Amino acid sequence: MAGGQERILRRRIKSIEATKKITRAMELIAASRIVKAQARVAAAKPYSEKVTSVIANLASGGAGLDHPLLREPEEVATVAYVVVAADRGLCGGYNTNVLRAVERAIEADRQAGRDYRLLLSGKKARSYFAFRDFDIHADFQGYSDQPSYEDARNLAKAATSLYENGDVQEVRLAYTRFISMGVQEVEVAQFMPLETPETTHETDEVPALYEFEPNPTVILEHLLPRYADARLFAAMLEASASEHAARQRAMKAATDNAEELKTTLSRIMNRARQDAITTEIMEIVGGSEALSHDQHDLVSDDLLADTIEGHLVELF
Amino acid sequence: MALKVELVSPEKVLWSGEATQVVGRTLDGDIAFLPGHAPFIGALDIAPLKIWPVGHDEHSGVKAAVHGGFVEVSDDVVTILSDVAELAEDIDLERAKSAYEKAGELLATNHADAEALAALKRAQTRLGILDYAYAP
Repeated sequence: MAGGQERILRRRIKSIEATKKITRAMELIAASRIVKAQARVAAAKPYSEKVTSVIANLASGGAGLDHPLLREPEEVATVAYVVVAADRGLCGGYNTNVLRAVERAIEADRQAGRDYRLLLSGKKARSYFAFRDFDIHADFQGYSDQPSYEDARNLAKAATSLYENGDVQEVRLAYTRFISMGVQEVEVAQFMPLETPETTHETDEVPALYEFEPNPTVILEHLLPRYADARLFAAMLEASASEHAARQRAMKAATDNAEELKTTLSRIMNRARQDAITTEIMEIVGGSEALSHDQHDLVSDDLLADTIEGHLVELF
Repeated sequence: MALKVELVSPEKVLWSGEATQVVGRTLDGDIAFLPGHAPFIGALDIAPLKIWPVGHDEHSGVKAAVHGGFVEVSDDVVTILSDVAELAEDIDLERAKSAYEKAGELLATNHADAEALAALKRAQTRLGILDYAYAP
């Protein structure tokens, strides 16, 4: 019966409307969070810039650059990956893009005979690698949309201890760089050994003659772990901005899609309703036609008109 | 002549402005910076930091608890970098007090507990600053 189809369609349209409301709300929330996340990226910049410039000054001031975090390994047998992904889904390809990139890199390492260690940030990273039977060294979660410095420090500490006790000879950092509102890019970059900023900073300028307290090497020892923390923190902040941008885009697409689906389904529903009406009228016409043929008198025409009218009133 | 001072934590710039004097403590001991100071880089201890903004003195100045970090001075620009730093007005007195007592208890049972020692030092720094700020 055609009425049944109409009812089903009406129910689907209702559920799509409800979904659309949710995706729309998520889109708006994500949009406002991007702005906040970008502000945090900007607010964290002064610290990492200053730390970088202090290291450069220390290096030119004669600090021994023989710190374990700076030493280039002779041979890389094991690589650690610090993977920054999200805790939640519904953000398009954001998670899969980073995770796939890491998986490919690990595969390449395997072929080169290198082992891997995984340090994961974000629930989605954990479930992805756990499902694929990867060996997970450590995982952190519960903060991906608003990472704090504390979170970055814990993760950096885990990576540093692996690197310092010689378990791994290289640490790579995989995250999504926030380039602009519309462009985010997955990056898998070397994290440790730390690249000293001194090589890029060296200019013709005569470096200022700094006094050091206690002495350059001790200061550097304190400073390098902070530098690592700051770098990771910056990466995590960018990743969270990217996450919100990706979510906003995904939710916008979902909202648009819901709207389109709603239009199409309403059209089908209206047609089904019209069909039902037409069929009913045809039945009545057919019925009274049959009657008039039986009785062969003029009254039947009036009867037909009356019947149709009566049914129309009922229908509309 | 005044110093340009910036107190920076990883998450944001806590304080910035012009000042006539900055006093802090490096791992080697207390140090004060006045305009014209020689270029300097130092590692900071867990200790109070005091800034005399232009037009203020020691009593009305800015105080912050700095839990380790670095200070760089060059061309009359003083930059203080600290992982964990709190301005006096952001310090929770009750929390600092209870942290102080807790650390004291821990130390009573184990004198060499490095973590408790550091916690005690942090609490003392916080309380010291607040007493300072609330002194009649």
